[in-house]
Amino acid sequence: MSAVADTHAQDHHHHGPAKGFSRWLLTTNHKDIGSMYLIFSFAMFLLGGSMAMVIRAELFQPGLQIVEPEFFNQMTTMHGLIMVFGAVMPAFVGLANWMLPLMIGAPDMALPRMNNWSFWLLPCAFLILVSTLFMSGGAPNFGWTFYAPLSTTYGPPSTTFFIFAVHIMGVSSIMGAINVIATILNMRAPGMTLMKMPLFVWTWLITAFLLIAVMPVLAGVVTMMLMDINFGTSFFDASGGGDPVLFQHVFWFFGHPEVYIMILPAFGAVSHIIPAFSRKPLFGYASMVYAVGAIALLSFVVWAHHMFTVGIPIAGQLFFMYATMLIAVPTGVKVFNWVATMFRGALSFEAPMLFSVAFVILFTIGGFSGLMLAIAPADFQYHDTYFVVAHFHYVLVPGAIFGIFASAYYWLPKWTGHMYDETLAQTHFWLSFVGMNLAFFPMHFLGLAGMPRRIPDYALQFADFNMVSSVGAFMFGASQLLFLLIVVKCVKGGEKASAKPWDGAEGLEWTVPSPAPYHTFSTPPVVK
Amino acid sequence: MRVHAKRAGVLLGSLLFPAWSMADWTLNMAPGVTGTSNEIFSLHMTILCICVAIGVVVFGVMFWSIFAHRKSQGAKPANFHENTLVEILWTIIPFVILVVMAIPATATLVDMYDTTESDVDIKVTGYQWRWKYDYIEEDFGFFSNMSTSRDEIYNRVAKTENYLLDVDNPLVIPVGKKVRLLLTANDVIHSWWVPAFGVKKDAIPGFINETWTRVDEPGIYRGQCTELCGKDHGFMPVVVKAVPQEEYDQWVADQREAAERERELTEKDWTMEELMERGEKAYASACAACHQADGSGAPPAFPALKGSQVALEDMDAHLDIVVNGVSGTSMQAFGDQLNEVDLAAVITYERNAWGNNTGEMITPKEVFEYKNQE
Repeated sequence: MSAVADTHAQDHHHHGPAKGFSRWLLTTNHKDIGSMYLIFSFAMFLLGGSMAMVIRAELFQPGLQIVEPEFFNQMTTMHGLIMVFGAVMPAFVGLANWMLPLMIGAPDMALPRMNNWSFWLLPCAFLILVSTLFMSGGAPNFGWTFYAPLSTTYGPPSTTFFIFAVHIMGVSSIMGAINVIATILNMRAPGMTLMKMPLFVWTWLITAFLLIAVMPVLAGVVTMMLMDINFGTSFFDASGGGDPVLFQHVFWFFGHPEVYIMILPAFGAVSHIIPAFSRKPLFGYASMVYAVGAIALLSFVVWAHHMFTVGIPIAGQLFFMYATMLIAVPTGVKVFNWVATMFRGALSFEAPMLFSVAFVILFTIGGFSGLMLAIAPADFQYHDTYFVVAHFHYVLVPGAIFGIFASAYYWLPKWTGHMYDETLAQTHFWLSFVGMNLAFFPMHFLGLAGMPRRIPDYALQFADFNMVSSVGAFMFGASQLLFLLIVVKCVKGGEKASAKPWDGAEGLEWTVPSPAPYHTFSTPPVVK
Repeated sequence: MRVHAKRAGVLLGSLLFPAWSMADWTLNMAPGVTGTSNEIFSLHMTILCICVAIGVVVFGVMFWSIFAHRKSQGAKPANFHENTLVEILWTIIPFVILVVMAIPATATLVDMYDTTESDVDIKVTGYQWRWKYDYIEEDFGFFSNMSTSRDEIYNRVAKTENYLLDVDNPLVIPVGKKVRLLLTANDVIHSWWVPAFGVKKDAIPGFINETWTRVDEPGIYRGQCTELCGKDHGFMPVVVKAVPQEEYDQWVADQREAAERERELTEKDWTMEELMERGEKAYASACAACHQADGSGAPPAFPALKGSQVALEDMDAHLDIVVNGVSGTSMQAFGDQLNEVDLAAVITYERNAWGNNTGEMITPKEVFEYKNQE
């Protein structure tokens, strides 16, 4: 980084992107890589979503109409894996790539070649994962949690390919996380102390540490599976002296921090958008940072709340119940802070704000059902029913995914240099909002009435709400095509966006022109 | 409201959708018929009310802001961004609420974990995809298979009232007695759940989990497997019949007698026709889920038996596979699951049904000798 104060340098000697496919294959530019991550994740969102449509179509009425149970299980498994590892996580990495350097005043990510590598591993991993659908014996059919021994002794032959794909995704995620940490800790503009960092940067820093902590655990558990399947070990096989419950402990030690990995960056993004459209500073910046830190730390000591019915001793049961309930405290602080930010502001409701407000309301509903699930005795009734399905879709769809949509609309003018079509975007919001609630709210009722999850067919008393839920799901699914249209339209043209198109927005990213030039902050800005 | 919904459903729905007419719009958990399930229900209602109350306050403030502090209404933004007192308060108050909530939850949990002093002990074993109930003190046990027909599932006939929730042999327990359940599994993890009892516990291979229930009202209670256990996870219901003590005692006596009779059948001289007839039934309950009623299977996971090498060639190899299973595949060891008569009947049936006309048969005695020489 040159210390020469030449503000015109980037206009004169910058070399633009290479032409053709090699631009994308070989790029080390954080903006190009960010775009690729976002495009990839949207493609996976549509693929995973279409599998959800198959599931909801089969569940439209009782009886088996469209698919066989064997294929139904493949759909639920692939839907979960693709949405978690293919849609949500890469979308946040894409946002991090685009925005972190712009928000901290850095010229690029700290490790640009590794950045390229960590992206291009992903399409390879998913090519392998999706190819299992065409293998003899079919794709993985044991749920995205792949409990042993269903996934080992009783798994289809394609399980080994699934393990390989998970390994590659893990490598990609770990490299991405290292890059984020290196960038944030080393490349902040002069004057930007840790407690002056934008919250999206903070939440991503914490998320990256979570990723580095737990992705190796996931790699470990799938490697143990690989050994059980192919090399005659018995980690999880009771008949060889192994322990099927060990699998769940290791999996959920990864799995619970993983769910926070999918939500913390959304917390960060929403903490920018709500103040921007309330035209009022974020309430309680410091407590927001501490709350995210507390949530991240607690996420390591709550894993067995996914396992209340496996028969862990009562002392363990109580510990995990109390620890899980505690998470409600920092999460509550965040929600209260967002509401306090809106209170006595001057609110306007453009698409990013609509998605953010819906995020706060619906994520809180998901948090409430999470608190209910934390009560161990009650969990014996909720566990593995549609109540759980409702719970995690409420935190993931209006949580993670609405957070991503809010971010996309918020920063699209910066990325493309054009304003998106506000009317279409608001239509997209309302269709998604109604569809999503119609799809997932009735699942609470189904679960409380006793419908187990992961079943291709159900008893007759569940028929009505399943039909409602399917209608909502089709509506939600179809309206996502509108998002594609809006983005394509925005990339191709539209009203010119100014450097700072939102009057209440704060941050370094709004000090560069729209669209952000190929190279930004070759000379670091000074933060006061 | 439920009654109205049902009536409307019967009137309109039965014409259009036969399934719709039997459905209802249940919104909430039901209190159930045991002390445990009632305690859980009250915990559920308490935490639900707390959540709703917090939601009303938080969303109330939010909607007020959305309503009153709009830029389009000329709102001017304030500039406050912290308030230490408020921030401490909204950390401490939720914490106190959680502590208050944790106390009754802990008490209920301690009670649920107390499996001592049971009156009846029953071992529950999960199999792909049925349950086995062994009455430990009484020396008998039986399998419980779903009895809903494939015709109903594939919409070839109208669905009956307890669609997917009916079994051939329900678990029978006495009312008012503490029944201890010991749960394990033979293959993958299953989970045994009866919502009306507030009992759900995983059945895990290599583990024996304990739980208990005391049912106050006689009746038939239904539940399902709640841990994904493979292809037919949705088709392994749990049905429990709670009966008065005298009826239970009579039933136990009948079962013991029947078990004795079964054991005697091994000694009997069976004819081909008798074995084929019994084999068809045993095949339908133990084998057809994977290998299909017509023996066509679902390759590659579940090979066809019709015209297969196993069923047409070496009898001993066939017997070995059925008794001991094939390790590393879904083919289970049926040696302990079926008695000698059923093993002999199934093997004879497989060798002579669907055009596999080998004309060979194996008797229960031969199976008995094979199992004992091992």
